[in-house]
Amino acid sequence: MNQALPKLTVKDYASDQEVRWCPGCGDYAILKTIQKLMPTFEQPKESQVFISGIGCSSRFPYYMNTFGFHTIHGRAPAIATGVKLANPELDVWVITGDGDGFSIGGNHMLHVLRRNVDLQILLFNNEIYGLTKGQYSPTSQTGTRSPSSPTGSIDLPLSPCEVALGSGGTFIARTIDTEAKHLSAVVTRGHDHQGASFIEILQNCPIYNDGIFDQVKDKKIAADFKVELVHGEPVVFGKEREQGIRLNHDTLKLELVDATSDDVLIHDESNKILATMLATMKGPDFPVAVGVIYREDKSSYVDDSQQQLISVRAAKGSMQELLHSGHIWDVE
Amino acid sequence: MELAEENLDEHHLDEKEVVDVVVRFAGDSGDGMQLTGTNFTDATALYGNDLSTFPDFPAEIRAPIGATFGVSAFQIYFGAEDVTTAGDALDVLVAMNPAALTTNVGNLVEGGLLIVDSGAFTAKNLSKAKYQVNPLEDGSLEKFRVLEIDITKQVLAAVAEFNLGHKTGVRSKNMWTLGLVLWLFDRDRAGTIESLKTKFASKPEIASANIAALNAGHAYGETAELPAGIHVYKVPKAKVAPGTYRNMTGTNALAWGLVAGSELANIDLLFASYPITPASNLLHELVRHREFNINTFQAEDEIAAVCAAIGASFAGSLGVTSSAGPGIALKAESIALACATELPLVVVNTQRGGPSTGLPTKTEQSDLNMALYGRHGDTPMPVIASSSPVDCFDVAIEAVRLATKYMTPVMLLSDGYLANAAEPWKIPDMSEFEPFPVEHYSKTEDFKPSIRNSETLARVWAKPGTAGLEHRIGGIERSFDTGDISYDPANHQKMTDLRQAKIASIANDIPLQEVCLGNDSGKLAVVGWGSTFGAIHQAVKRARAEGLDASHVHVRYLSPLPRNLGELLKNFDAVMVPEMNTGQFVNLIRSEYLIDAQALNKVAGQPFKIGEILAAIHANFADTGGNS
Repeated sequence: MNQALPKLTVKDYASDQEVRWCPGCGDYAILKTIQKLMPTFEQPKESQVFISGIGCSSRFPYYMNTFGFHTIHGRAPAIATGVKLANPELDVWVITGDGDGFSIGGNHMLHVLRRNVDLQILLFNNEIYGLTKGQYSPTSQTGTRSPSSPTGSIDLPLSPCEVALGSGGTFIARTIDTEAKHLSAVVTRGHDHQGASFIEILQNCPIYNDGIFDQVKDKKIAADFKVELVHGEPVVFGKEREQGIRLNHDTLKLELVDATSDDVLIHDESNKILATMLATMKGPDFPVAVGVIYREDKSSYVDDSQQQLISVRAAKGSMQELLHSGHIWDVE
Repeated sequence: MELAEENLDEHHLDEKEVVDVVVRFAGDSGDGMQLTGTNFTDATALYGNDLSTFPDFPAEIRAPIGATFGVSAFQIYFGAEDVTTAGDALDVLVAMNPAALTTNVGNLVEGGLLIVDSGAFTAKNLSKAKYQVNPLEDGSLEKFRVLEIDITKQVLAAVAEFNLGHKTGVRSKNMWTLGLVLWLFDRDRAGTIESLKTKFASKPEIASANIAALNAGHAYGETAELPAGIHVYKVPKAKVAPGTYRNMTGTNALAWGLVAGSELANIDLLFASYPITPASNLLHELVRHREFNINTFQAEDEIAAVCAAIGASFAGSLGVTSSAGPGIALKAESIALACATELPLVVVNTQRGGPSTGLPTKTEQSDLNMALYGRHGDTPMPVIASSSPVDCFDVAIEAVRLATKYMTPVMLLSDGYLANAAEPWKIPDMSEFEPFPVEHYSKTEDFKPSIRNSETLARVWAKPGTAGLEHRIGGIERSFDTGDISYDPANHQKMTDLRQAKIASIANDIPLQEVCLGNDSGKLAVVGWGSTFGAIHQAVKRARAEGLDASHVHVRYLSPLPRNLGELLKNFDAVMVPEMNTGQFVNLIRSEYLIDAQALNKVAGQPFKIGEILAAIHANFADTGGNS
């Protein structure tokens, strides 16, 4: 790919379609950030494919001036697997939401992660069903009042990153819709990763679940409610970075300590046990972890499939030979 | 409803030479009856008889020994004339235990040959088969020629020199029996010996023991004092067209047809499926042929399988998925996405007994309605069906041709009988097939994903990776002019009409319906589709030999129907449609052509017998005062 690619800009990535999200939707911020980020990958635009399911977030591909496929509810990971198997050269992105990815499409999410298909999966988590007008979703907090749960939902929510870790995901990260710089950095690392990159983006729905992530988004207070994980760096947070997190070796639980304490955790992306603990941290007792929570190197499904094809195709098939293989006889 | 059935009265073992014979090997599912049957089939093909086989096995993998529900059978019909079914009644039944006897003896003709392993008729096995008294001793088998042999004892003696122990030694019972039946019909053992050597290449002593058992069974026939009337039967060779032949099951023919289709279309093929009986063998066969431009994907579920196939088609390969009825139901929403976005896709339905889990290993044709109508919205797609095991090859190629030419999903209907049955196949010359190379769209000027071929109405196939063709498609209704999202009422009408017209136009690209046996007008047309071909063919042939004015019409294209089918059927006084369902195609014929077609239905998990269809033909002529 060293031949001179035309220098692409954010404008090249905006399609001619009118964006139809509600005013103030977090999806606008994500779209803008991704459109700005795409040229930095210095790839031919025609090699980039966005696949989505159904839901507000899944309209995303229509607004990207790349190849795009807006498919059916929950199935984007399966369709993307087929795209990638058919043409491993393509850079394939999956855009999904909490309902699409973890309710109706939960099975595909599990398997695309365990197979480690080389895709970027962006999960827009707004903890609500937006496009169907506000029902609670599998990530909604218990007690969420919605048209389908007027007296409060009784479901226990799942944590997308925790499920992704449990599914065998090899790149698990969390970021925030309006944090353009953080979002760009996390997505870039996901893009560099060989295999399935799972990125949960906390996204505000101003219509049906407004302010659900205010604690981690509001600049005035966010520092106290989220912790930015950086590989090799201490896990500290707070306005003055005065708080830290350590592992209590007796209880095998995380706990808050003074940031100056000498047993503050140093974030290790390759430690799956700690990653699971960090991924599940939430308020009011703990800050929410953002950044790359876990990463490991593992061969991707598509690479392994290609390797097998190379080996079985050492001698190309001949139809005439196949037809005459095995037991045949002549009649005169 | 139980169907009237006539005994064809054609098979008899009274002569030294017989025109055709039906043999059924039946035993426990662990007795190796399928292996016995396939080896006998190969030897029979090599001998020069025409043949058709019917493997009939239970859903249970290893049912308790001796249980009636664990009986596995392999039936073969072979003879000197054209054979297109696995036969109505049995001339020879090999019963390896009481359960195999009780479940099959009802189908053995009077005077038929019954070979039983008396060593397996123990009190325990008799009780499991619900026999109060031993049928070998109570005279209940008097109307048959019974060849009662303690095969277990014979086998153990034959393999004694290999010191395999009782358990392993007894496992060669099937080869001993095969040796005897090969002797009975003067078939060569060399092919079986070769295949045993290959199969047990890593265990030479097992190969040797099986070969010894095979030879011992054969020698038993030659040397033992057999009851009167049991001797070597000669079945004259069939007069078949010169050429090179092989035996082929429907599953393998379908798999190879997909490979051939991808070669003729010059396109990569991704076969994505999820295991389900009786469709899984298609995946097993295709994964072995990735030296062609084939890749396979065992998905996490039926929906993922069809979606991966659609993804592959979006990316410029041909996606193919496969299942049986319950799995096809799960794929329905996704198939409609392919219809809406106009992407090629081949969906193979190997039909089985339904509804729900139904009869997973048995055959039926009850998914026709689902194929024709089983999608939300107005969502037409072509539906074609194969008529015989080897026809699966041609039909698979046709499915690939239609899918890629018209940018549409195509439903290919096979069934459990076709999938497992085998018949000799004159190996085709691939150079006689017209290639239909796919050309992906590449013109960037004024490109829109909505551009279509004015003749076929097919949308362009613009694959990712092609510079200048970046575009978005999706399930939301697309503008006829641009391919962008459109909620315009007039546009939805236009697009719905377009989808309908595109599929309907395929009628101009398929052969006119022909009569496959008989005249193109007359008293009675017996109209079939799918795997009923063989039985209908034989029944009509026999009716015509009696002087009845009956004809056989076999329909491959079920949607769209051949454009002359209505006119053709109106040339007959009566139309009868035998189907292995409650009347799905007959309703289509009635509603499409306003013809008072009569239904003949069987939903027993078993193929039609020739005699059942012949009886219905006779009844039809009796009712109408035909010229019989």
